[in-house]
Amino acid sequence: MSAFSGYDRALRRGGLDRRGFGKLTAMLGAGAAIGAMLPGMARAQGEPKKGGTVAIGATGGATTDTLNPLLATASIHQLTSFMWGNCLVEYGTDGSAVPELAESWEPSPDAKTWRFNLRKGVTFHDGKELDAEDVIWTLNQSRGEDSQSGAAGIMTQVKDLRADGKHVVVVELEEGNADLPYLMTDYHLVIMQKDSDPASGIGTGGYKITEFDPGVRIFGERNENYFKTGRANLDSVEIVGIADPAARTAALQTGQIQIMERVDPKTVDLLSKMPGVTIHRAAGGGHYSMVMRCDTAPFDNNDFRLGLKYAANREDILAKILRGLGRVGNDQPIPVTDPFFATDLPQRTYDPDKAKFHMKKAGYGGEKIPFSTSDAPFAGAVDAAVLYQQHAAAAGINIDVIREPADGYWNDVWMKKPFCFTFWGGRPTADMMMSIAYHSKAAWNESYWFRPEFDKLLVQARAELDRPKRAQMYAELQRMINEDGGELIPMFNDFVDATTAGVQNFELTPQLGLCGMRAPERVWLDG
Amino acid sequence: MADLWRLIGKRLLLGLLTLFAVSVLVFIGTELLPGDLAEVILGQSATPEAVAAIRAKLNLGDPAIVRYWRWFSGVLVGDFGNSLASGRPIVTVLLPRLQATLFLAATAAVIAVPLAIGLGLLSALWRDRTFDKTTSAATLAAISMPEFFIGYLLVYVFAVQLGWFPAISRISPSAGFGQKLWAIALPALTLTLVTTGHMMRMTRAAVVQVLSAPYIEMAELKGTPRRAIIFRHALPNAIGPIANVVVLNLAFLVVGVILVEVVFVYPGMGQLMVDAVSKRDIPLIQACAIVFAITYVGLNMLADIVSILANPRLRHPR
Repeated sequence: MSAFSGYDRALRRGGLDRRGFGKLTAMLGAGAAIGAMLPGMARAQGEPKKGGTVAIGATGGATTDTLNPLLATASIHQLTSFMWGNCLVEYGTDGSAVPELAESWEPSPDAKTWRFNLRKGVTFHDGKELDAEDVIWTLNQSRGEDSQSGAAGIMTQVKDLRADGKHVVVVELEEGNADLPYLMTDYHLVIMQKDSDPASGIGTGGYKITEFDPGVRIFGERNENYFKTGRANLDSVEIVGIADPAARTAALQTGQIQIMERVDPKTVDLLSKMPGVTIHRAAGGGHYSMVMRCDTAPFDNNDFRLGLKYAANREDILAKILRGLGRVGNDQPIPVTDPFFATDLPQRTYDPDKAKFHMKKAGYGGEKIPFSTSDAPFAGAVDAAVLYQQHAAAAGINIDVIREPADGYWNDVWMKKPFCFTFWGGRPTADMMMSIAYHSKAAWNESYWFRPEFDKLLVQARAELDRPKRAQMYAELQRMINEDGGELIPMFNDFVDATTAGVQNFELTPQLGLCGMRAPERVWLDG
Repeated sequence: MADLWRLIGKRLLLGLLTLFAVSVLVFIGTELLPGDLAEVILGQSATPEAVAAIRAKLNLGDPAIVRYWRWFSGVLVGDFGNSLASGRPIVTVLLPRLQATLFLAATAAVIAVPLAIGLGLLSALWRDRTFDKTTSAATLAAISMPEFFIGYLLVYVFAVQLGWFPAISRISPSAGFGQKLWAIALPALTLTLVTTGHMMRMTRAAVVQVLSAPYIEMAELKGTPRRAIIFRHALPNAIGPIANVVVLNLAFLVVGVILVEVVFVYPGMGQLMVDAVSKRDIPLIQACAIVFAITYVGLNMLADIVSILANPRLRHPR
């Protein structure tokens, strides 16, 4: 129990602050994703070609930005960090953990102690060779009470860091965690030189930052000594901060940028008809949820919750609110892109008769059910609530949509009102998502759903190294949430990027947009 | 003449006094922010130790008046302190943005002011004729549309369809003057359209009003040509109100163009202030507020002085 609350606190702290993360990932369309592409999309072709320059229009830049990766939040910062630096582990296009600065790793049988073997002969931009001390110094920047790092939360599970020779880093955890390599892909954990200024922008990455105008323009030139082959193919990369979606679209149309982050769902059809423009679309882990407080009547009755769940026409909400750019949800928070997604869990569908049956069993007599919403959790939450009201009315359920003020929504409505809308950005692993919002002790257990058997299995699954076994455990956890939980999750959102003709090898990854924010080093120009 | 200098001196002093009052208000405003500044900076992740550290670093324990004086004396010598979010000196953050904003504002003003005054005079001269009505309709239509909408229209026509100008105003540091002008063509045009209507109509109204005065009738009766009536007799007497509205629009060009900056991705002061507010970068907010206040107070003072110069009655108040 106490170990768990430590972990939960860990997730809460730092960059995983719920509101910030939710808003941010909503903005980025981040989260897990598999390259589920639109028809006609060009896949990577041929061999990497060197040369040329590309401008990327990205969101989230501000005058107050620095190059310090520990403080990174928005996509511009992530893109920039991955231009000049690398992590120990890279998030692969297929969702696997790919060796980066660590060429391999092995856990102890209890997943408590991990050895990361560093790649040899990797040099920083200033010529210094990377060794274990640099890695330990970097990771230590995200540890300790006063660390400002966005990864401080996940790093509190680290008990000890030590070098074993020049090229081995040993990480000892408080509790077993089979996901540690995935946590090392975090963009806050870009490896820096020991005792360097974190805002220097000097790393091992494929581009050297030659110009940094915060929030406006970041310019990088190829690092000729880059340790990866076939990566960092462009002579130079420019990142332009463009917050306004219409301005981003116009810049792409007029050729001022070649890669555009976050296409506006309203214009995606028009943009896809433009000659040369390719739309890239991928599922994300960000999801919308209608939360019922399981400790408050009448939501403490599972039949009542099931009735409300069957009363939602998910396809309709997805089509009208996200214009189809998403996937229907199944009342559990793990996205289809997650390796531990429970494929055999039946999809819950709109069924007014079943809804009526459960509501009757729960003793519902047509009273008004207040449902709090606002555009604070996401743009369109009020419209989605009204749509749901219509769906539910067909089952004789009387939903009273209450529009709450957006200001203070997270303080006064969320986790206070018995039935309200919420949004979650995706988390890199199933364990993180469930630990942060479904464990009994989780501070953000927004549905007040307390199930000791769930908690026990969750902690077991975290330390389980046998994958099939682990998958089974996560499937069971998802089933529990789906059948008994207090969350009505109608849909997950996609994220959508666009490129112009000639940009090759733009492949979305299951984590973050713009090729896992690594587009600068992955793409090349051809044709 | 000595009277005149005394008057101008008085205005300057009043202006400085206003600025001083503004600086106090800006400081009080940030004092009034809910919560402790240190907690505001740290946000949700605030631990008591971190809050104490920040409080000590910012000398928040000192009385407000001491802190005000420390800040104000810095401002007097152009030292606004360091940005809380990035740690860089505010002057280095602010100056390039101010330059960019002034460049855009000046370009727009150079087009808009002569255009507006010219159109206003002609409209007054040809009052109620087709020219007057067309200009009125066109400029009214332009100011009735929100500036971001005008911006999008211009982008659609001149960038996307015709390809004459860039859609976003990206200026690389090595760009020459001509390239810079080309880059900001569309935002400058947008601002011109947004401000011309106001200034033009004010000019027209002021001149029309003067034209109905008895001494103009006298001039007409004695056979003075229409042109001379307008330029020698009417315009000088209309300068006061015109100067005021021109200045109001100039101030708008400096402090109120955030939407245009967003549409054209132009790195100006508006975006800087919005970023500062969203990041709770208090010293940067204060610096922006002071710069905007100087702009407003300075320009208004200019308008006052111009009106005084143009109107002998104001020069010799009784």
